Amino acid sequence: MFGYEFYVDPSRCIGCRSCLQACEECETHRGNSMINFDFIERRERISSAAYVCWHCDEPTCAQVCPADAIKKGEDGIVHSSLKPRCIACNNCVLACPFGIPKMMEPEQQMMKCDMCYDRTSVGKRPMCATVCPSQALAYVRPEQIAARREKPTNTFYFGNQKITTKVYMMAPAEREAVALDVVDYMREEKHELATTRE
Amino acid sequence: MSWLRRANSEPLWKEEFSVHAADERYVTRRQLTKFLVLTSFGMFVGNIWILVRSLFYKTPWYPQQPVARLGEIPVGGVKLFTYPTKEDQCIMVRTGENEYVSYSQKCTHLSCAVYYSQASNRLECPCHQGFFSIEDGAVLQGPPSRPLPRIVLETRGEQVVAVDVKAG
Repeated sequence: MFGYEFYVDPSRCIGCRSCLQACEECETHRGNSMINFDFIERRERISSAAYVCWHCDEPTCAQVCPADAIKKGEDGIVHSSLKPRCIACNNCVLACPFGIPKMMEPEQQMMKCDMCYDRTSVGKRPMCATVCPSQALAYVRPEQIAARREKPTNTFYFGNQKITTKVYMMAPAEREAVALDVVDYMREEKHELATTRE
Repeated sequence: MSWLRRANSEPLWKEEFSVHAADERYVTRRQLTKFLVLTSFGMFVGNIWILVRSLFYKTPWYPQQPVARLGEIPVGGVKLFTYPTKEDQCIMVRTGENEYVSYSQKCTHLSCAVYYSQASNRLECPCHQGFFSIEDGAVLQGPPSRPLPRIVLETRGEQVVAVDVKAG
């Protein structure tokens, strides 16, 4: 809708947390940020990554929901759980390969990034993308993102699970898709020993 | 209804509880209102149809058909015949010296053939033990809810003639 797409480029993230602050300002979940913010290999470096929900074409969170509480709208937005239905079972939190859904314990409800539905549904840009100073979170037209060195992709492989999404990840130009296997990122024992010896 | 579905389609619960909001099949208030209005319109038209039919209703005409000669069957005897068409089986019973009664042989429950029981002096349906009075065909016992249709008989000279059918 409106010709804009969301692009996430973790390599541009400077860790300023503007997106978290902006997200908390929202009236629908004031004080709770729906941005997922991670440090990458925090022991060794200071690089960080802020990212939003990827809005999968076949959302795993909704497929595992036993209460039919998570819905994907016609415009491709996967919404937060419906308050009357959510039973706070954490299935979606555990199932999402991106780790997006957040269980709000005081409300006993799962909430997640809905790409600022109140704004994007009327043609405005999401809060996080408007404040991101390095445009690691960018909500722009495809021809604008084409000027970047990285290439957007919306295909992910998690082991054998293939996921296509609405939000794009900026990947190296030679990569067609982003492939991850959990086993590759498990902490190995020799690495553990090496760091403790220091 | 599993036989209606394609073998390779998604399981039913995935369709009924679809992830995609567009696939949900809730009945909206407007749909219900439409259904109610159309149904009452249909019932209105149906009532008009019944009214028109009853205005143009013609009393059916029955032929006069000789059934038996007087004295052909003994008192307590039975004769089977068809009236008014070849498909309508009827039973005639001579209940007295000059008394003949006749009914449709089709039980009003499930259309089994009723027969006359001389011992208990009534018409009996063997299928579900439905008993009918020999006087007027009324139900005495069993599942039938309506009496047997009565064949009106007249005596003309030496003949017993069927002239009319009186629904029970």
